[in-house]
Amino acid sequence: MQDLGGAFAQALWLIIELDRDLVEIVGLSLRVSLSAVLLAALIGFPLGAAIAVARFPGRGVVVAALNTFMGLPPVVVGLLIYVLLSRAGPLGELGLLYTPSAMVVAQTVLVTPIVAALTRQTVEDLRGEYEEQLHAFGVGAGGLVATLLWEARLSLVTVLLAGFGRAVAEVGAVIIVGGNINHVTRVMTTAIALETSKGDLELALGLGIVLLVIVLVINGLASGLRSAVAQASHV
Amino acid sequence: MIRRTLLRGMFAAALLAAAWGLTPAQAEDDNFIIVQSTTSTQNSGLLDYLLPMFTEKTGIEVRVVAVGTGQAINNAANGDGDVLLVHAKPAEEAFVAEGNGVERFDLMYNDFVIVGPSADPAGIAGTSDPVAALQAIAASGATFASRGDDSGTNKAELKLWQAAGVDPASASGDWYRETGSGMGATLNAAAGMGAYTLTDRATWVAFENKGDLEIVTQGDPALFNQYGVILVNPEKFPSVKADQGQQFIDWLLSDEGQAAIASFQVNGQQLFFPNAQ
Repeated sequence: MQDLGGAFAQALWLIIELDRDLVEIVGLSLRVSLSAVLLAALIGFPLGAAIAVARFPGRGVVVAALNTFMGLPPVVVGLLIYVLLSRAGPLGELGLLYTPSAMVVAQTVLVTPIVAALTRQTVEDLRGEYEEQLHAFGVGAGGLVATLLWEARLSLVTVLLAGFGRAVAEVGAVIIVGGNINHVTRVMTTAIALETSKGDLELALGLGIVLLVIVLVINGLASGLRSAVAQASHV
Repeated sequence: MIRRTLLRGMFAAALLAAAWGLTPAQAEDDNFIIVQSTTSTQNSGLLDYLLPMFTEKTGIEVRVVAVGTGQAINNAANGDGDVLLVHAKPAEEAFVAEGNGVERFDLMYNDFVIVGPSADPAGIAGTSDPVAALQAIAASGATFASRGDDSGTNKAELKLWQAAGVDPASASGDWYRETGSGMGATLNAAAGMGAYTLTDRATWVAFENKGDLEIVTQGDPALFNQYGVILVNPEKFPSVKADQGQQFIDWLLSDEGQAAIASFQVNGQQLFFPNAQ
């Protein structure tokens, strides 16, 4: 019978052996999810901060919508992107379906609301402290957004981690738009789904443990970055 | 403003990194085809065994999207793939008739088996008639796990229920459990709840989490499982790589391809039997 002990042994073995296929799969997982998070940051940081600073009618609705989109089911995002990128769809000409680029696009759509909504909250909490002061200096809206984002940078690292965690852990979107093609679009989560469907639960769990270890390492790096940034700004 | 410069620098770095994620890993060479196929051919290891032979001979890389037959046909009908390799003859013929495919060829066959818990609450172990077996399962109220996903296996199962004169949908959620997922996931579920299920033999033999399940019913002509291969219609979908796709189909149907299919074994057992005309 397959058991947890076997899964840990498998995970350890996978890491020690540094299997070439595994390295490739891990590499693609990181490439896709990190790119998606960075793209999400490019959109989500300014968007979130702008919503935090701006005052306009219907703002409450926008905030509520943004918070709701944090709960977008990955499989729905996958379907949406599939419909857009399919040869029969409006962007079919691009030939992006079943490529890593399609997976980056899907995860970006998934993660951007998370980054934007958390940024909005973080920046809004800071806004009260800085707004009057900056107004007094004659800083405009753009400057206000940039300054608040800068002041919030430590918290924003955590926002990025939340987005990365969501991206790297999801299977529903990438399996639809990537197709789980061996050596092309297979990532950690789709490999786990495949081994599960082969009934090799030990290997599937082993891969799951490897995935967690990778996320742990990324978190470690991020918290290192955070304290480096914190120290640098106290000098 | 140092912070302005820093922000700009970070912005530029993020853009660069994002571009890195969006560009293909290696210089994208176009010599590949996408095959929409079914989970049984992938999970059993058949495609991992066949494809390197074809790629070595022709230099054409084959990218496989392995989903249920229903989804594979839908994807191909959107033009998302060059070749369709599935196992539901009527649906395949409809696919060609609707102008989505060029021509359907018989490729190979194997058979379905009914597996169930060793306690065998329906008392059908060792039988060969699947229709009688399903009637016994329905009469005993023993749990049956169905794919419920419009796959080739699901279509075959529903045909057998119809022949048995049983409407399983009326018992859905009771003794009839529709997992709505692939063969492997359904076998995992069946093993977990001690249910009967219909599976293709290839997935079953290669499956590693059989638990308490055993083959109970096998060997009837009604359990025949035919696989077909179709080139997606390049006239309807100009993006289809007709030349490379046709080369793949020709190879599968050739003596060499057919011999390769016959030589594939798992645990010393042949899983697919070539029968191209």
